[in-house]
Amino acid sequence: MTQGSYPDDRRYHEAHDWAQLDGDVATFGVTWHAQHALGDIVYYAPPELGSTLRAGEPYGELESVKAVSDIIAPLGGEVLEVNEGIVGSPEQVNADPNGSWLVRVRVGDPAEFERLLDSTAYQALI
Amino acid sequence: MTAATTPPGVHPATEPTLFERSRPGRGSARQPQAVDVDATLADLPPSLRRSRLPVLPEVAEPTLMRHFVRLSQRNHSIDSGFYPLGSCTMKYNPKVHDEIAALPAFARMHPLAPASAWQGLLELLLELQHAIAELAGLPEVTLSPAAGAHGEFTGLLLMRAWHRERVARGEVDAEPMHVLVPDTAHGTNPATVRMAGLRTHSIPTDERGGMDLDAVREACATLDIAGLMLTNPNTLGLLDEHILDIAEVVHGAGGLLYYDGANLNAIMGRTRPGDMGFDIVHVNVHKTLSTPHGGGGPGAGPVAVAQRLAHLLPRPRIVRAADGTVELDRDPAGSIGPVSRHLGNVGVLVRAWAYVVTHGRDGLRRSSELAVVNANYLLELVRDVLPPAFDRRCMHEFVVSGATVRRDSGVRALDIAKRLMDHGVHPPTMYFPLVVEEALMIEPTETETRETLDEFAAALRAVVEEAQADPATLHAAPLTTVVRRLDEARSVREPRLVAREVAADITPADAD
Repeated sequence: MTQGSYPDDRRYHEAHDWAQLDGDVATFGVTWHAQHALGDIVYYAPPELGSTLRAGEPYGELESVKAVSDIIAPLGGEVLEVNEGIVGSPEQVNADPNGSWLVRVRVGDPAEFERLLDSTAYQALI
Repeated sequence: MTAATTPPGVHPATEPTLFERSRPGRGSARQPQAVDVDATLADLPPSLRRSRLPVLPEVAEPTLMRHFVRLSQRNHSIDSGFYPLGSCTMKYNPKVHDEIAALPAFARMHPLAPASAWQGLLELLLELQHAIAELAGLPEVTLSPAAGAHGEFTGLLLMRAWHRERVARGEVDAEPMHVLVPDTAHGTNPATVRMAGLRTHSIPTDERGGMDLDAVREACATLDIAGLMLTNPNTLGLLDEHILDIAEVVHGAGGLLYYDGANLNAIMGRTRPGDMGFDIVHVNVHKTLSTPHGGGGPGAGPVAVAQRLAHLLPRPRIVRAADGTVELDRDPAGSIGPVSRHLGNVGVLVRAWAYVVTHGRDGLRRSSELAVVNANYLLELVRDVLPPAFDRRCMHEFVVSGATVRRDSGVRALDIAKRLMDHGVHPPTMYFPLVVEEALMIEPTETETRETLDEFAAALRAVVEEAQADPATLHAAPLTTVVRRLDEARSVREPRLVAREVAADITPADAD
């Protein structure tokens, strides 16, 4: 089994999510550690388009063969896009967690991004 | 059990409903001639009379019988094959228990009849209470809870009531809110804690498969502890080696110990939760004492408690009166209140009683011993291909890991479980407890013969061998069942329910 990787091109939330920021649009996903702990993922329940996410609160669900887990929003904002590819093939999250984005969000306060953990700090946490 | 070859295709794709089979005038029952329906109806006020006949299928008895037999053949049951579903204790239920429960004096007794009219049944229930008290090592018992999880909830309400009394007496300042639960716990434990309005604190598993004693000590030193919930032997099939120390620490912090009786079937007559220090115990009668498994009910989850909690138990309580008869104590003083209507599911309790009296003291101990021997025998037959997660002498069940198989072949525990269905076996519990990678949890129970265990071990070994030689077949399995590999998550979350046209002939008509 491949080892986890936590690239420096994004920031991390302690609930095992990652976020990338481009202007005021953020992309969220879950970390390698999260998918490994969950086991084989079989379902992604995404949020509705246009819904408002609050930082630190659940915005969707990932169901694995073991359990159903909330996905925590690293930043607050409005859902612009849902990755339908993951809805159709949720197992991609296991195969490539860093490449499997779940939602795109217009963030309310881009400065919040700087308060998330960098790769080194997140890896120290896990 | 036979090895899978090609799909036999004996199962029709669908089984029509009885409504689709219905034809006007066909029927399986006649009203007794003695009943004059019209005269009886004449006595009913018009407001209580239905204006339209109910929509009921009209089918001949052979149609009816074949329909239900075919449906039963589309499923797997303990009556049709081995069912090593870990933690669920799918032991065979002796049919004589059903016959006893169906006796009119039990089955037709009205719960609101005066106690003097059903002394026999009440005496039986009192005997069952005594038997459960003896197995639990705790003196007072309620039979009211209608399922294991309901017993858990009742137990946690008792725990809260106990602490509230302590607050009222001024022994503690505020009600403690935290319940310690191991990370191997059944999901019902933390769920019950939340439903009872308390908070879960998870305790990690140590390298021997028990609760991490240091983590218990630390939690008890830093949190307000209402109690602890533990299954012992735990969900890894292992006895917690530190249980006496854990009990001392939790009691020292003012907490109560709750015993999840899911695995009580492993220790009957050998040791007792009360002797380990537990204060509250629920019994899954379908696992420990052989009653039908629920699927939602009816079930029973009796709860036994220490003497100091007895006054809190739900009412009514079945007690011996001064004159020697059995009566129902309905006095609500001090009680947490009723948790079910009447006395719970009496038909299930009669079956549990039947199991107790047909086995007797020695038979119950022998039953637990055989459950443990069977599990250890089976583990020895499969451990070289699927190693145990924690390599200790197991109790009534064991957990193996398919992590090596997955690394070598890409075949998952899920694939192994599904392929076993092609060998005529119900799959083991998968991916539980959560702390074991690619977990398969296997519980043979005491009711299976050595030949059945040998055949299962051979099937499991054949499947693991096949994983190396032909992983594609395992990814596609099962190949011989009524339905093939299902998307279990989607079938629950996005069910596609299709309604077929029902024959116009049975559209309800006016009765008048």
